[in-house]
Amino acid sequence: MKERLDRQTIALRVAKEFPDGAIVNLGAGIPTLAANFVPEGKTVIFHAENGVLGFGGVPANPEDEKPYYLGANGLPFSALPGMSFFHHADSFAMIRGGHIDITVLGALQVSEKGDLANWTFPERGIGNIGGAMDLASGCARVIIAMEHVTPKGQLKILKHCSYPLTAARCVDTIITDIAVIRVRKDGLVLEETAPGWTADEVQSLTEPRLTLSADLREIEL
Amino acid sequence: MKNKIFKTCSEAVADIPDGASIMVGGFGHAADKPQHLIAALRDQAAKKLTLIMNGAGVSGSLGIGALGGVPFTDEEILIRNGQVAKAVCSVPASLVMSKPGAFEKAFLAGEAELEYVPQGTLVERIRAGGAGIGAFYTPTGVGTLIEKGKEKRTIDGREMLLEFAMRADYAFIKAYCADTMGNLIYRGIMRSFNAIMATAAKVVIAEVERIVDAGELDPEIVVTPGIYIDRIVAAPGEVKP
Repeated sequence: MKERLDRQTIALRVAKEFPDGAIVNLGAGIPTLAANFVPEGKTVIFHAENGVLGFGGVPANPEDEKPYYLGANGLPFSALPGMSFFHHADSFAMIRGGHIDITVLGALQVSEKGDLANWTFPERGIGNIGGAMDLASGCARVIIAMEHVTPKGQLKILKHCSYPLTAARCVDTIITDIAVIRVRKDGLVLEETAPGWTADEVQSLTEPRLTLSADLREIEL
Repeated sequence: MKNKIFKTCSEAVADIPDGASIMVGGFGHAADKPQHLIAALRDQAAKKLTLIMNGAGVSGSLGIGALGGVPFTDEEILIRNGQVAKAVCSVPASLVMSKPGAFEKAFLAGEAELEYVPQGTLVERIRAGGAGIGAFYTPTGVGTLIEKGKEKRTIDGREMLLEFAMRADYAFIKAYCADTMGNLIYRGIMRSFNAIMATAAKVVIAEVERIVDAGELDPEIVVTPGIYIDRIVAAPGEVKP
């Protein structure tokens, strides 16, 4: 088996997408890890939907953890200069109102048109929408961070999502353990492949046809 | 002036009848849940309740949202106790698929009703309810199963869904400190749904860590003005589930 990027390395690649000064909301799972990899010299303002902007990482000293300094992912955060708190109506006004530049979310399926399915699958019979529909439809840019296929090897990047949608035509960029793909008007563009992976190998694990970028290269870390 | 302070949570929830609709505040963390009010309602045992909340008690028993992962009391104890007929929420299922919660078991067994509402739509419906707004259009949910049965309209070139305001008979909210007038302040992430649900129920009950005399809270930092609050109970600390 070829080597794939681990979750930390996917998160490292995700964080390279953040411009200096970006306001970013990170979903659960791999996206959360991206907070640890903000490139040196850049400032990113993190938003958590349970009502905080501009928070820092998990406190180095557990004694500094506070029960009311917990993010939407359940992890304790530390205070940074300029941090602010607000209620849920404001928090989602920021999301729907286009005040959050980037959200990074996980996905169960993504279609070639950028449709996202990430809140349930039919066999479960129930699922958690949470803030995902608001984030996916409201944020200026939606980045998906996920493994390219399921643990059982089923494809996740498809012509059409078969699972219930979170939002239609919302995804801008897909970053996986083997590739970086941009969703463009005329389809998916393969821009980067993991070390040791060819474009053909990535295509074989991707249902829709990938257009190769003129600048196709190895994933930059 | 009417005294808003109740000595115990049991007294504060005593009049809740069977079939009541109750908003329960918080995002789903130990610090933002009105744990003592929830426990008192369990003991009070009103049935056939409709709960309006972010999550159907999906994190407390798992300790998700508590320092050190220590389990805490949330809506799940009401569901386990057979008191809940319907949940209106954005997170009805366990966050850990291998450990299904009480509500999803009840829902999948056909014993409880569920209305899915995306989180931002949920809080805005409550905000609208408290603010005297009847309904609003939002882009969230377009192209998903949320749009089923809803009026759709294109505004400024964007498709939007009509969503109606929501109110309840009671709201349980958690704040850090109240004064005797019911003015509330919060700490950190405690505002969440609490500061919004405080506006949208006939009877709003605030569980706080402490109560101070009117005049002791700086009016510049009051988040929830006291006119929204009907009952105040000091109930510091957490409740073991």
